[in-house]
Amino acid sequence: MSKNNEIDFSSFDWNSMPDEHGHFGPYGGCFAAETLMEAIENLRDAYATLKDNDAFQAEYDKDLKYYVGRPSPLYHAERWSKELGGAQIYLKREDLNHTGAHKINNTIGQALLAKHMGKPRIIAETGAGQHGVATATIAARLGLECVVYMGEVDVARQAPNVYRMKLLGAEVRPVSSGSKTLKDALNEAMRDWVTNIDDTFYCIGTVAGPHPYPAMVRDFQAIIGREARQQIQEQAGRLPDALIACIGGGSNAIGLFHEFLNDSEVAMYGVEAAGHGLETGEHAAPLCTAKPGVLHGNRMYLMADDDGQVVEPHSISAGLDYPGVGPEHSWLKDVGRVNYVAVTDDEAMTAFHALTRIEGIIPALESSHALAYTMKLAPTLSVEQSIIVNLSGRGDKDINTIAAREGITL
Amino acid sequence: MSRLASCFERLKAADKTALIPYITAGDSNPSITVPLMHRMVEAGADIIELGIPFSDPMADGPTIQLACERALVHHTSLRDVIKMTAEFRQHDQTTPIVFMGYLNPVEAMGYNEFAQEAAKVGVDALLAVDMPPEESQALVAALQEQSIDPIFLLSPTTQDDRIKKITAVGKGFLYYVSLKGVTGSNVLDVADVEAQVNNIKHYTQLPVGVGFGIKNAETAAAVASVSDAVIVGSAIVKIIENNIDDADTIMNEIADLLSGMRTAMDEK
Ligand SMILES: Cc1ncc(COP(=O)(O)O)c(C=O)c1O
Repeated sequence: MSKNNEIDFSSFDWNSMPDEHGHFGPYGGCFAAETLMEAIENLRDAYATLKDNDAFQAEYDKDLKYYVGRPSPLYHAERWSKELGGAQIYLKREDLNHTGAHKINNTIGQALLAKHMGKPRIIAETGAGQHGVATATIAARLGLECVVYMGEVDVARQAPNVYRMKLLGAEVRPVSSGSKTLKDALNEAMRDWVTNIDDTFYCIGTVAGPHPYPAMVRDFQAIIGREARQQIQEQAGRLPDALIACIGGGSNAIGLFHEFLNDSEVAMYGVEAAGHGLETGEHAAPLCTAKPGVLHGNRMYLMADDDGQVVEPHSISAGLDYPGVGPEHSWLKDVGRVNYVAVTDDEAMTAFHALTRIEGIIPALESSHALAYTMKLAPTLSVEQSIIVNLSGRGDKDINTIAAREGITL
Repeated sequence: MSRLASCFERLKAADKTALIPYITAGDSNPSITVPLMHRMVEAGADIIELGIPFSDPMADGPTIQLACERALVHHTSLRDVIKMTAEFRQHDQTTPIVFMGYLNPVEAMGYNEFAQEAAKVGVDALLAVDMPPEESQALVAALQEQSIDPIFLLSPTTQDDRIKKITAVGKGFLYYVSLKGVTGSNVLDVADVEAQVNNIKHYTQLPVGVGFGIKNAETAAAVASVSDAVIVGSAIVKIIENNIDDADTIMNEIADLLSGMRTAMDEK
């Protein structure tokens, strides 16, 4: 798993990854129990067929335009740029999507797939609740039964989203095993899937899981970067110098990065959650600290102890509180195309307040990690340079967490 | 001949079906695992499936999830499970031992190191639940080098082309999961199991074991009449769950359950 120095970033065909078995170099693949293989193969076949089907794509594009409100704006945060005194900062406003995050780009794609496969029931795992809300939303519109698994810790810290899912007609099942967060919700969703394979579609919320999920979710999120690449050229007259996105499983980041991978002059930063600090061990930063391992159907960087037991991660942000990271990011790290960094809970909080007060935009705690790294990077660049930051979601869902942290009762 | 092959040969000659209990190593306390293994053999077990505790047992129902959690309170690691096997082998050189678990602990130890250490103490086979044949090349090579059998699952949804693929790499025996779902799920349908086992047998000479959903002597006997091995997990682990601090009761009740199954299976 050494650095692959053979790759010429500007000419490499990034769409050639993964290979037919879902491998990104040594990562990805399909590490699932035999009881799931038939369902996974059916999904793989259905997606392979529909991916290049014009009618399916037209249906998807139409929903993105009229239901989600795409394209999302690329917003020049002039005041904040000036205050930081360096590069021009552009925010890709995924927070303005219907349901308030990038997650809906993916759930619409997968729900349409479920409909084409004739599955009347859709299940999902969720951390921050944004993916759960986005799944419940599209399930409501398509008339699908929807069950969302959510760790008990997350049910408590993302209460507004739990209620939104219920209003949308979804059943939210709290998960009390393990660390009671996102990874455990994923375990439970897999158990549901294997039990109800005949009628159920499992809608995974990030670029992880057995093949084809990492590639499929990337394809659905790649719209972010396609739009942003065009928008920045219209507004700034050239490509950006850097891209920044937070990393939970990695879907908003790969969504922004993918279209730019051949632009070798564009630097990329994936920002993990350093929680209480990388040195404390209480974080959710597998790319910055861990080794490869196998969980949830794929090989990826994974926080585990010497015995191979998965370590409970920590982040103030429920959407980043995951011990693994998608296989494509694992590979992009090894080949050196993307830089992976981490910011602490405190740094994310500072950035949260900065954007709110200076630009009048309340960001999600997840996205605040990307913003926190922007505060470090922007001052090191010149005013002629530019950065695109993925503002992956809005922060309304987090106000309880933030108020509690600051000793305020609502 | 391997321990597993000669075990199945012996049983076949006696017109018997193998009884394979599963326990999670280290549950409810590492100190009971080896004595419990011996006790299960006395009660009629032919092969023992020893679970490697894992933090995220995705294919298991609540019973075995809790068993893993209890074992992990004591930090029972893969290396510990190997040590337990060494201890068991001091008094029992014939009963085959199959390790069952998830891939990550084996990855963390390293395929080669695992295979060498496991072979040294007399581990006979490994079933890594989340490792289908497509991903198994490197691990199978490391295991084969040490004459450890890689065991694979087959399920009710496995189509014939996959059955071919799996029977081509599997060794020791094949493990047919008798129902759609996680371990500990509902009771199985024997007629259905018979049809599936017969279909699998078109593709392989290996013994076919059946597990998931076998909870009592009656089902064990019914499944025994249509397969080569009966695998019992959650029903045994449940006894541990109900008597966590009472090693004597755990031993006695598990021995009773197994000897009841043994008798019923042999009468068939
Ligand atoms: C707003 C927002 N951003 C980011 C994430 C992290 O997920 P990913 O890394 O897949 O984009 C989440 C997950 O819940 C989220 O809700």
